[in-house]
Amino acid sequence: MVKLKDLPEEELLASGHRLCAGCGASIALRMALKVARGPTVVTNATGCLEVSTAIYPYTSWRLPWVHVAFENAAAVASGIEAAYKAMARRGAWGQKVDIIAVAGDGGTFDIGIQALSGAMERGSDFLYICYDNEAYMNTGIQRSGATPHGAATTTSPAGTRIPGKPEWKKDLIGICAAHGIPYAATASPAYWNDYMTKVQKGLAAEGPAVIHILSPCPTGWRCDSAESIRLARLAVQTRYWPLYEVEAGTYRLNMRVPKPQPVEEFLKPQGRFRHLFTPEFKHELEAIQRSVDENWGRIQRLCGETT
Amino acid sequence: MPKVLGLTGNEAVAYATKQSDVDVVAAYPITPQTIMVELFSEYVANGEVHAEYVCVESEHSAMSACVGASLTGARVMTATSSQGLALMHEMLYIASGLRCPIVMGVANRALSAPINIHGDHSDMMASRDCGWIQIYAENAQEAYDWVIQAFRIAEDPDILLPVAVNLDGFILSHCVEGVTVLEDETVKGFLPHRKARYTLDPGKPLTMGALVLPDYYYEFKVQQEDAIRRAAERIRETNRDYEEVAGRRYGILDLFGMEDAEAAVVCLGSTAGTARDVARALRGEGRRVGVIKPWVYRPFPAREIVEAAGSLKALAVLDRACSFGAPYGPLCSDVASALKQHRRDLPVLNYVYGLGGRDIRPSEIRSVFDETLRAAETGVVEEPLRFLGVRE
Amino acid sequence: MEYKTGDWRTFRPVVDPGKCTHCLICWIFCPDGAIRRGEKVVEINFDFCKGCGICAAECPVKAITMEEE
Repeated sequence: MVKLKDLPEEELLASGHRLCAGCGASIALRMALKVARGPTVVTNATGCLEVSTAIYPYTSWRLPWVHVAFENAAAVASGIEAAYKAMARRGAWGQKVDIIAVAGDGGTFDIGIQALSGAMERGSDFLYICYDNEAYMNTGIQRSGATPHGAATTTSPAGTRIPGKPEWKKDLIGICAAHGIPYAATASPAYWNDYMTKVQKGLAAEGPAVIHILSPCPTGWRCDSAESIRLARLAVQTRYWPLYEVEAGTYRLNMRVPKPQPVEEFLKPQGRFRHLFTPEFKHELEAIQRSVDENWGRIQRLCGETT
Repeated sequence: MPKVLGLTGNEAVAYATKQSDVDVVAAYPITPQTIMVELFSEYVANGEVHAEYVCVESEHSAMSACVGASLTGARVMTATSSQGLALMHEMLYIASGLRCPIVMGVANRALSAPINIHGDHSDMMASRDCGWIQIYAENAQEAYDWVIQAFRIAEDPDILLPVAVNLDGFILSHCVEGVTVLEDETVKGFLPHRKARYTLDPGKPLTMGALVLPDYYYEFKVQQEDAIRRAAERIRETNRDYEEVAGRRYGILDLFGMEDAEAAVVCLGSTAGTARDVARALRGEGRRVGVIKPWVYRPFPAREIVEAAGSLKALAVLDRACSFGAPYGPLCSDVASALKQHRRDLPVLNYVYGLGGRDIRPSEIRSVFDETLRAAETGVVEEPLRFLGVRE
Repeated sequence: MEYKTGDWRTFRPVVDPGKCTHCLICWIFCPDGAIRRGEKVVEINFDFCKGCGICAAECPVKAITMEEE
């Protein structure tokens, strides 16, 4: 249970960064760093967060931070961990350091999946936060493996023949759970207590921990900058984004959502789904609702929940 | 009493790495490098080293983990060949750009396609512009000696650049030689533990790997170029210090017969040994020939080669790599440019040889010397680039 | 050395100190850390506030309104 007034005032992610007004990623990182427990090092893959927070000669990071490349946040984390271990062994280093690897959905689902898989298999002790804005936003809103079905992006545009991305979103937590890691969880910045508690759990876990947080993007989702938290809440309340965690292989549902709103409520305010609200693509809305329901059923069963 | 061990080139690199007391090795297997990392993992499993060994899932992740570890202040080593080196290509530039003093053993192997696991220099040559200091070893002894020196060169606070020690795949990586090794204590004395100035230290937070826009990027690169040029002097200093503890002398160039040679061959790695044998025989017959073997390929020893070529009337360059569509192979390109820069007008003959592990014979090198001596006489080069040892 | 993103704004949040209950919800949601906790009521740091409007949208007692710059 996280109490807001007990959190530190210090901003480890300083103001003045160039992320868009209303950016979900900055909210996600600010929240995570509020519950950082001690000496912390952050490794950040190329993407919105990285390019907007460290434009030489400025930096927003008030802790040690390294950006290496796009696909290797998890591999760099493994290297940092190995260095601390080895240097401690020869007495050159005395403290325990938390390593947080941060990447967007692109740097996690697609180009970064190999490095993440490798680091999980090796049991590296780090927390991996994937801020998922559901496309390659930094390079101009191209589709990723995390882009939901039907979303319009520049490489899966809403055309007359194909209405947005035909493929479905990858199950990241399933992939992580399959590696047998100690902790994996979904999160939404609207549910800050749930998220920050999960960050604490992830940091405390001995071995790889992965948090998959929805990161609303006003620019790419084509919605008002003031809507980010409302959409992050709607995502959960429509069952589009189930909140659950997997602790040493055991699934637990964190929020039940007994009276879900139709997924349309989540899709409607976003310009990237606007084309689905036409008579010719109504069947796509139905398909999305079906998929949300099926996924919810699947998660429920995994979590041992009864309807 | 000097200690001589029977070691392959790979084993020599692993042994030198062990003695250099590295902190982190992150590597991925590929023929013909594999034994370098296999042997090191045995040292780890037997508690002979304090290092962390990270079995990464690809070469790209190997160099990524190495960069992370290096930026944390650790002494870092890795090894690869061919496709692995090619896969980590973007990371090579990042390692040098972030000034990580990583040492990497490269068992040079041909690049696909077609796939071939045997020795040539196309892998390192494909990455020659990556900003790494590049050394070529002629034999396992040199590989051993250079790996130890490489850590010192790389970690020099005035240099801070990664170093690749190249050895010919299979020819050196897998053949046993008698290698004179130093005592552990001697190496420890020569290589005190790394004390990095800029690290990922929560006590002193730093941002590393920032985005740099057109207003500053250029200057970072110029700093890097300055550093690699300064490295030549540091390498010489390291060689002098090493000679004191090891009794073996190294430098930028290894010269044979160049005091009075009219015709010479420039080549890298093990082929230089064969060339020297042929040259020795020719000199016995009264022909004035010599061999120039650069130990250091980057920074390129332009001035040194021009000076060594003082008495020459013609020069042949052997390239164990092909730069497709270019006027010369990579080594010859650099040699010819160096000569041109210093206004030294010499007939230059380029021979590409040994691709994909094709053996090069003394008789073939003898024909190179013959043609070069002819060019020395006539001043004419009939064909600037030839393929030596190709089936017709 | 500071980079002040306050000039990005077209709307600015105005906190009604009479309504603010100091729940700190706006503080935790601000993407830019541009809200100071203050003693009894929150204060906006206008050097950095980008005017996204999340604080006004999320305040449970509607103590924040967005006004044109």
